[in-house]
Amino acid sequence: MKLQKNTRLALYSVLEFALDPARQISAAEIAVKYGVSPHHLAKVLSELARAGVVESVRGVGGGYRFAGNARRLTLMDVIGMFEELSEPDAERREPGERTPVGRALSAVLSEIDEIATATFSSITLATMLRLLERQQRDATAASRTPAGGGKDVVRRATRRG
Amino acid sequence: MAARRARQERPDGGQVEAAGGVSGAPAVRAVRRGDLPEIIALDAAVTGIEKRNYWHSIFRRYGVAGDAERQFLVAEDGGAVVGFVIGEVRDWEFGSPPCGWVFAIDVRPDARQRGVGAQLLTAISAGFRRAGVTKVRTMLARDNTLILSFFRSQGMMAGPFIPLETDLEQGRGGRR
Repeated sequence: MKLQKNTRLALYSVLEFALDPARQISAAEIAVKYGVSPHHLAKVLSELARAGVVESVRGVGGGYRFAGNARRLTLMDVIGMFEELSEPDAERREPGERTPVGRALSAVLSEIDEIATATFSSITLATMLRLLERQQRDATAASRTPAGGGKDVVRRATRRG
Repeated sequence: MAARRARQERPDGGQVEAAGGVSGAPAVRAVRRGDLPEIIALDAAVTGIEKRNYWHSIFRRYGVAGDAERQFLVAEDGGAVVGFVIGEVRDWEFGSPPCGWVFAIDVRPDARQRGVGAQLLTAISAGFRRAGVTKVRTMLARDNTLILSFFRSQGMMAGPFIPLETDLEQGRGGRR
C-alpha cells in the first residue's frame, strides 16, 4: 500500500500534534520540518480540523493543537480521511482486472491490502508515540556506544550517502 | 492456536467497562484446578462456545506451577479470576531459535481497560526470560483489531514469518 502525499502529511502532522497535545504548532513549522509547502499542508490541516482530530487556535502564536484521543485514533482512521479504502466498484475496475490473469493478480494484491489494513487499523497514535520514544531511546543508546558502535555506523552511512 | 479475540471493538478504549466490577490491581499467579470453572465461563462468554474438555486438557498440559517453559497464569482480583494467559517455549519450530509463544490471552470484559492484559503479558514474558529465551511471539486473526492493538501497544511488531494456508479438497491427496 503506497500512501498518497496528503495522507503522509496528515500522519506526520497528527503525530507531531499528539506528541505534545497542549502545544500549539503552526502549519509553517510542520511544513519546514517535513519540507513541504505551507499552502499544501494547510489543506491537510483544515481537513484534520474538520474531522475533529486537531483544532485551530487563533491569534498571536496561533496554529493547531491536537484534539483527538491518541489511545483510540488509529493510523487507519487518519488514512481513511484522505484515501478511498474500499474495493473499486465494478465499473471503475481496469479492463485487465476482469481477465483470468487480472483476477489472479487482484487476489494477491487484495491479500497485501488486507494485511496493510489490519496493520494500520491496529496501531493507535499512542502506540506510535511509544514506538517513536523507543526508537529515540535506541538511537541515543547507540550514539553512546564506544568505537565500532552507533556513531561509527552513522559515519559510514553518511559517507555512502 | 492463535491468541483469541474478545470482541471486535475499537482498540484501546472502545469497550464499555461494567460498573461494580473488580477492584485494585490483580495478582498474577499460576493456575489452579479450582480456577477452571471461571476460566471456562470467561472463555465461553467471550467466544460464545463452551469448551470444557479442551480446557481440562489444556490444564493437564500447562497447569504445572513453576515450569517457565509452559505457563498457564491467571489474574485474580477480589478472589475471582479476571484474566488468563497461556504460552510455552518452542524450540526450532519453523527454523526459529527457541522463543516464547503466547497462544491465548483473555481478560474478563468488566476488568478491561485496567492494565490486566499488560500485567499478564509481563508476567509470562518474565517466565520466558527465566526459561532462557529473549523473544516472545504470538499469532492472531488479522481482523482481530482489539487484541492486535493490545499486542501492538505492548511494543510487539510484525515478525519475520508469514502464515500460509489452503483448503484441503475432500477425497484427494496432494496439492490443489
